[in-house]
Amino acid sequence: MESIRTDVAIVGAGGAGLRAAIALAETDPALSIALISKVYPMRSHTCAAEGGAAGVIKADDSLEHHFNDTVGGGDWLCDQDAVDYLVREAPKELIQLEHWGCPWNREPNGAVAVRPFGGMKKQRTWFAADKSGFHILHTLFQTSLQFSSIRRFDEYYATELLTEEGRCAGLTAIEMRSGQMRRFDARAVIIAGGGAGRMFPFTTNGAIKTGDGMALAYRAGVPLKDMEFVQYHPTGLPSTGTLLTEACRGEGGVLLNKNGRRFLQDYGMGPETPLGHPVLKTMELGPRDRVSQAFWHEQKKGNAVPTQWGDAMLLDMRHLGEKTINERLPLVRDMSISYMGVDPVTDPVPVRPVVHYMMGGIHTDIKAATLLPGLYAAGECACVSINGANRLGSNSLTELLVFGRRAALSAMEYLQSGARPAGDAALAAGAAAAQARLRELMQRSGGTETVAGVRKEMMQTMEQHAGIYRSGAGLAEACARLGELRRRYRGIELHDKTNVYNTDLLQALELGSMLDCAEAVTQSALARKESRGAHQRIDFTARDDANYLRHSLAYHHPTQAPRVDYCDVVITRSQPGVRDYSGDHE
Amino acid sequence: MGERLVELEVLRYHPETDKEPRFQRYSVSCREEWVVLDALNHIKEAIDPTLSYRWSCHMAVCGSCGMMIDGEPKLACKAFLRDYQSVIRVEPLAHFPIERDLVTVIDDFMAKLARVKPYLIPKDAKTVEEGEYRQTPAELKRFKQYTLCINCMLCYAACPEYGLIPKYIGPAAIALAHRYNQDSRDGGRDQRQEEIAATEGAWDCSFVGACSEVCPEHVDPAAAIQQVKIKSMVDWYTEHLMPWLKK
Repeated sequence: MESIRTDVAIVGAGGAGLRAAIALAETDPALSIALISKVYPMRSHTCAAEGGAAGVIKADDSLEHHFNDTVGGGDWLCDQDAVDYLVREAPKELIQLEHWGCPWNREPNGAVAVRPFGGMKKQRTWFAADKSGFHILHTLFQTSLQFSSIRRFDEYYATELLTEEGRCAGLTAIEMRSGQMRRFDARAVIIAGGGAGRMFPFTTNGAIKTGDGMALAYRAGVPLKDMEFVQYHPTGLPSTGTLLTEACRGEGGVLLNKNGRRFLQDYGMGPETPLGHPVLKTMELGPRDRVSQAFWHEQKKGNAVPTQWGDAMLLDMRHLGEKTINERLPLVRDMSISYMGVDPVTDPVPVRPVVHYMMGGIHTDIKAATLLPGLYAAGECACVSINGANRLGSNSLTELLVFGRRAALSAMEYLQSGARPAGDAALAAGAAAAQARLRELMQRSGGTETVAGVRKEMMQTMEQHAGIYRSGAGLAEACARLGELRRRYRGIELHDKTNVYNTDLLQALELGSMLDCAEAVTQSALARKESRGAHQRIDFTARDDANYLRHSLAYHHPTQAPRVDYCDVVITRSQPGVRDYSGDHE
Repeated sequence: MGERLVELEVLRYHPETDKEPRFQRYSVSCREEWVVLDALNHIKEAIDPTLSYRWSCHMAVCGSCGMMIDGEPKLACKAFLRDYQSVIRVEPLAHFPIERDLVTVIDDFMAKLARVKPYLIPKDAKTVEEGEYRQTPAELKRFKQYTLCINCMLCYAACPEYGLIPKYIGPAAIALAHRYNQDSRDGGRDQRQEEIAATEGAWDCSFVGACSEVCPEHVDPAAAIQQVKIKSMVDWYTEHLMPWLKK
């Protein structure tokens, strides 16, 4: 097997992976960097983020405000030292992107403009129209092209981490073009593989969001933390699940039920604010978990708007006017017309909650380090615990910048501490085992299961039992079915047994990742007998700080259900309180 | 809810087993609102798992699913079945080698993109501590449309010059170079000009304008290329006829 020797291997070339690569290349030009991704960097799902990135920049704002919004928004499940680091580094990272050319929207005097966002007390969301993630991704990708030490391996699918004596020493990956497995000998590895929204049938996530990065670490013994917290974004198009950014409401759009009532006032987010004058942290600028939950209740009450794709609510932006919509929400208008046949300038757009983001992920400390020496993680695949039980919109683009860079700095500190390349024998043995596992899947015959069949059942299970509201009985059922699906997965036979760009194989491997992540979600959700943030139990409706102000940790087992354990939340100065989104009380 | 039977004629090519490409026909029962990508996904899931193509976002921003649909370069996620007859021909993007089925080899574009230095080369370097560069909305507008390129390469598939002269740098790469040249924060035009104003650069363009017509993001690469030509002419005159103007 061909092997590639590198100082640092990065798995994933979206926002976090690119930011890490640039930080490594800038800080030490002598380092060799392998940037490995199953897609070309500009295809990474960071491109689909719309609304913007949060960072304190204006005079009326403060780091303390951003800290408090984030910690309260996360229902106090955030690690407060990590949030401190995030809010402190955020403005620097966003300015750095500006220096690299990111086309942020501007005020008339040339200063960077910011917009309001859900759950944020002040305007602090930097934006580039409604394609902020796209511009961040392309700015990072294009900037990365100037560094010759970043060697890209585009369309390589990472299959396993290699370890030696309890530390991470590289990985194996399949080169899609040839179908051949390659061995990467790395002194440190950074995983930046993105989220896993594709476990669900109705999601804003692109096809590539299959939890591969999470599964890599999980199978190597690193726990997945707080996986039960799955974010539903309130406003997706019912036809395709396409995201309509929270900036629609930040700019002043409102949500209506079938009677034309702005129903959020009935769920603790009132009083109703005047049309066209949004009030921060109130009504439509409440946090995503609360808004999605309110829709669920409206649906139960029969107040939803029926559409051919199921129940919806209405997102009314007409009062913003064509000029504002074209300037600030051009993508939203384009997609509403294209995929729903509705022009937001003239009509309210039907929307409904849609799976959007994983708060949970690879357990890391505040330095983006995992429990496996030499292994780091950042971005959506990681859980550094700045999002807690519910992420605030526009904190994730900031997170991938701040902790992408942090992972790079930590990896460098690790290298400087004397981390040597692993011995060839250990790496060769690990790679040979990975190769054998792949060959077994490729050559398996007489299998009775298909990728599409098992995947469909997984998605249905997640939709039915791991949605906005959950029950103990439903979650137990989901755990049993996912355990069974993991067993059946081992009986999948591929239709395509060739080498070149084999997407039947790729989808089988992705399904394996998703099944592992899905089981971690449902087992962690079953074990958490309380309601907090995005995890709502109809059988345990209150938050229970005495028993569950703790992070869940799911540990992988190859054939059995994961073991769920807990670790403490870091609380420095904000004690758990009431999340109040009912107007400004100061 | 309307359903419609659509025949997809999909180009298949597998380098391990096929001497040359062939077409395979699939009958797909489609929902009225579907795009071509939905039909391909249905084929992959329910009819033929061996079909290979690239896709991800399904919202015309990741740029993965460019292909020829009835002979025109399109994003499959933005090609609505309602705009086509009952038989639709689907082929990989023209002017690129086929890797397999609808998957093309895009090494050439990736190399060209890197060559034009598509990154900010600051006019006045600044530290992060010194804060952001000021840039007025009018200054932003001078280059904003060229930032919208999603690298889908439809413009290369549409460009007759690229089909004839593979060395031509091509629309998207020139437009992205122009994007940085037009940025008020940038001072790197001279470095980029060596690539984009040379032969193989903008002068290879015969101004057919097909690139701008097919762009799904309404970028106007043809305009960028013409502006590069004009600037390079001015450069030439300044250097050869009025050398005293050159500092």
